[in-house]
Amino acid sequence: MERYAPGARADRYGSRINREQSPWRALSVPYITIMLASLLPFLFVADVMPALPPLGFLVFLGWRIMRPGLLPMWVGAPLGAFDDLFSGQPFGSAVLLWSITMIVIELIETRFPWRGFWQDWFTASLGACLYIIAAMVLSGGDLSLHMALATVPQMMLAVLLYPFLARLIAALDRFRLSRTRRVG
Amino acid sequence: MAPPSSRRSGFSKKAQYSVFTGYLFAAFGALIGLALLALSFWQPRAMAPLRGGAHDIVSPAGEATASVRAGTGNVFDTIAAYWNAGAQNAALREEVELARIRLAEAKSVEAENERLKSLLALAEGEIAPVATTRLIGSSSTSSRRFAYLGVGRVDGITIGMPVRSARGVVGRVLEVARGSSRVLLLTDSESVLPVRRAQDNTVAFAEGRGDGLLRIRLINLGLNPLKQGDVFVTSGAGGYYRPGVAVAILTEITPDGGYARLIAEPSATDFVSVEPIYEPAATAASRTPVTQRIADQVESAGN
Repeated sequence: MERYAPGARADRYGSRINREQSPWRALSVPYITIMLASLLPFLFVADVMPALPPLGFLVFLGWRIMRPGLLPMWVGAPLGAFDDLFSGQPFGSAVLLWSITMIVIELIETRFPWRGFWQDWFTASLGACLYIIAAMVLSGGDLSLHMALATVPQMMLAVLLYPFLARLIAALDRFRLSRTRRVG
Repeated sequence: MAPPSSRRSGFSKKAQYSVFTGYLFAAFGALIGLALLALSFWQPRAMAPLRGGAHDIVSPAGEATASVRAGTGNVFDTIAAYWNAGAQNAALREEVELARIRLAEAKSVEAENERLKSLLALAEGEIAPVATTRLIGSSSTSSRRFAYLGVGRVDGITIGMPVRSARGVVGRVLEVARGSSRVLLLTDSESVLPVRRAQDNTVAFAEGRGDGLLRIRLINLGLNPLKQGDVFVTSGAGGYYRPGVAVAILTEITPDGGYARLIAEPSATDFVSVEPIYEPAATAASRTPVTQRIADQVESAGN
């Protein structure tokens, strides 16, 4: 009887059967990366104008758009609260805006169930720009034209950053679901 | 990609309910956010302990990145210095000659100063800083301009203390936690600082504009005496900052003052020092309601 070569059913992780992913890793990676992204801009010193795009929000948006159904609908509130601790915004602004984002993306998804990368980029860019404007309005400072102009580079960075973040999240998703355990 | 088919509710009552519950929870989260936001605007200090605790936890990471930031800054400076070493050498020689002359002049001025001071019997003590530290982070994604320090209540920091670098004023302490504190930078749109022109007593307010420049507003309106390149220093009014610390250089003139650039840019500074409030009695008086006597307030603040 002819037999298969030993490596025929294997991929780069090893045999393709009897393998399982780690449940802890599969469930924790999105939350940990979103929280780290919220924390990262805290460590930079920007004295003249907002220098970095809202990284925490972009990663949150990226996970939501690329992996629909992974984050529960209510997750905007706790993750937003964590972001508020480090963003310098009045506490509650990200809780509000991230919750609204979850609802809006859900509505967009029921309207356009099939999407491609370009449409995702468009959605994320529009979302990020609206978020930056809303965050400026809720920041508690005196609104002025100068303040609004200072957010323009931030918006451009946010738009340009999304494709890179999308690749990063895709890689993290592969890591999240990579097989760690041999069953039996 | 399309959403997983399990999330299409179809005719299943259970699936329809779960979708509805999801929307309900998200809307509830948004309402909580709105309530918290209203609380933050009504009582800005309400959430300070929570925020301060979080900052205490991450401040070691901030210290580490701050030292790395200082290190890389020096590396880039070193590389840049190689490019124009020759021309710089000649320019520096000339500058040293001039500096020697100026130094001699300064010595004579110093001597005269000493004599006049002794005539006035004026005792001038150097203000010892409460703490010397690094900026560990900032609100780099927000439209507000805050920076964070790795020192807090245990180091003797209190709200209102001025923060300065070797070059000039950086900002003022806004919130204090156990081991970290939040600083309102001069460039924030809520920051107002009483200043005067260095060479005379033209008094003005320096307000943050939100995009990195300061707006200089003259108090005495009329003919605008300012010129480009004028240096503004703290006037000491208000009692928080001691007078005579550099703040900004005027770059653009407007009818009621001008726009000025910061002298002490926080991102370029290595170490900052937190100084005690210049005149605590004056700041306590400014916070006292008119119905209350100032002496009571100062006593209670002292306790």
